[in-house]
Amino acid sequence: MGAHATARDIRQQIVDGATSAEATCEAALAAIREGDATIGAFLHVDAAGALDAARAIDARSDKASLPLAGVPVAVKDNICTAGVRTTAGSRMLDTFVPPYDATVVTRLRAAGAVIVGKTNCDEFAMGSSTENSAYFPTKNPWDVTRTPGGSSGGSAAAVAAGFSPIALGSDTGGSVRQPAAFCGVVGLKPTYGRVSRYGLIAFGSSLDQVGTFGQTVHDAALLYDVIAGPDAFDSTASSHPVSPTVAQLDRPLGPVRLGVPRAMLAEGVEADVRAAFDAALEAWRSAGAELVDIDLPHAPHAIPVYYLVAPAEASSNLARYDGVRYGFRAAVGPRDSLEAMYERTRDAGFGAEVKRRILIGTYVLSAGYYDAFYLKAQQVRTLIRDDYTRAFEGVDAIVMPTTPSAAFRLGERVDHPLQMYLNDVFTVSANLAGVPAVSVPCGLTAERLPVGVQVVGPAFAEGRILQIAHALESRMPTMTR
Amino acid sequence: MSAHFGPGDVARVAALAHLELTPDEAARFTPELAEILEYATAIQRVDTSGVSPTAHALAHDSVLRPDEPRGSLVREAALGNAPAAAREAGLFRVPKVIG
Repeated sequence: MGAHATARDIRQQIVDGATSAEATCEAALAAIREGDATIGAFLHVDAAGALDAARAIDARSDKASLPLAGVPVAVKDNICTAGVRTTAGSRMLDTFVPPYDATVVTRLRAAGAVIVGKTNCDEFAMGSSTENSAYFPTKNPWDVTRTPGGSSGGSAAAVAAGFSPIALGSDTGGSVRQPAAFCGVVGLKPTYGRVSRYGLIAFGSSLDQVGTFGQTVHDAALLYDVIAGPDAFDSTASSHPVSPTVAQLDRPLGPVRLGVPRAMLAEGVEADVRAAFDAALEAWRSAGAELVDIDLPHAPHAIPVYYLVAPAEASSNLARYDGVRYGFRAAVGPRDSLEAMYERTRDAGFGAEVKRRILIGTYVLSAGYYDAFYLKAQQVRTLIRDDYTRAFEGVDAIVMPTTPSAAFRLGERVDHPLQMYLNDVFTVSANLAGVPAVSVPCGLTAERLPVGVQVVGPAFAEGRILQIAHALESRMPTMTR
Repeated sequence: MSAHFGPGDVARVAALAHLELTPDEAARFTPELAEILEYATAIQRVDTSGVSPTAHALAHDSVLRPDEPRGSLVREAALGNAPAAAREAGLFRVPKVIG
């Protein structure tokens, strides 16, 4: 669907000897040098490390056994890379150089991938536009006056701009799917626990999942197959058996029932988004899918539940940034106390959105407010999850727009935190329920901005939702910028 | 419970969270957080009697591994990112704790 070479084709050419991993890497680095001054997808480019890795792939005689042989990949900067700066978009970690690789990075390297650099994101993955990055906002390659979405905006933009064919992001409330929709690429959030979180800088531990970006469903699936599976370093990584999804994509779709949550679409969805979504429904119908109206009665509560649960978890996870073991420390005088050092470090090291979430999280966990806010949110979370369980008794997957609007303008919402949160209305409930979801492009608005449609499935049904997304993709015209 | 989140709440919560906010930040955050919390009070109208809370979306069993020692970060690497450390002694440095 995209305009650039796919990971699948790049790998095949390298395996066939039609090109080398080194030449492929040089081309990716040149594209970044040429184009990223405008887009700002990368926080750091590791040219030397990438070229070394590419040459090492070229020297191997077993390239055919490597699922990502010589394929350039971009990695969100909240995922640890040994020896390569990892800031999570925060001043707090400006100088942090991880002493170890995240499990997903170890798996990328073992699969023959070449990590070209670390991508920009909202600070600690908190945001929907990358404007909360402590460094600079990323621009949407479709329209540089607009946001690429977030928090994995750098990864989505890198794929859309052709800097790397695939990228890793993380998705706590939509941070892979929303930027994928805004940038016209495919973004997969796997089932909670399907991918190891070891080395992913923690935000909301019961919600966080590493996800994948590609120009095509096939590429997002290929990258997912490399990173999925249990991990001795993450006890929440599921031992549920992993079955490769790529092999499933081209199999016949067979009988499929898709649920459409009509009540959620009744208001607040831009007309052009609604039209693209309706066109996607027609395409699925022509592929043989049966469309069924469903009800997710607790869906309207997903945003408030998410914006209580995620900050509560964040306030706990971010307690570790205290200026002692790693990262930034504010200057203090010889007579200043340890507490003063903590407080100044955290005030100077964190940006406004991170502070907001720490404050909300601390508030809802504090004595007197815990039951009314945090416990209540966890109970409503149960009802939201039960809605999905019930719906999946009657349908294979649920489909809905990924976002209520196409990419908004840079600066438009940055001073309105609640307005920014409401943008996540269609994405947060998959994280609350722990189920997998993939966003796939389904058209353009009149202003030529991409629109994404989301396919949500039951736990561990990644193969099935990717297959359903692929059936749509193959019926959609190519979108070019 | 209505939020009624005011300046006193910001100060109290900031202290709990070890955040030293500037007066400007405190003034900016108070109405923003009040608005977010007021919005979130909508869930308090949901009937949750008898509903158990979800802490993790997918139930999973405790994962055990054999109780055998294995390698971990060497001290030098663990201290490598510290903003202040006595590297030879193997210690993190912090402001004086005991007067």
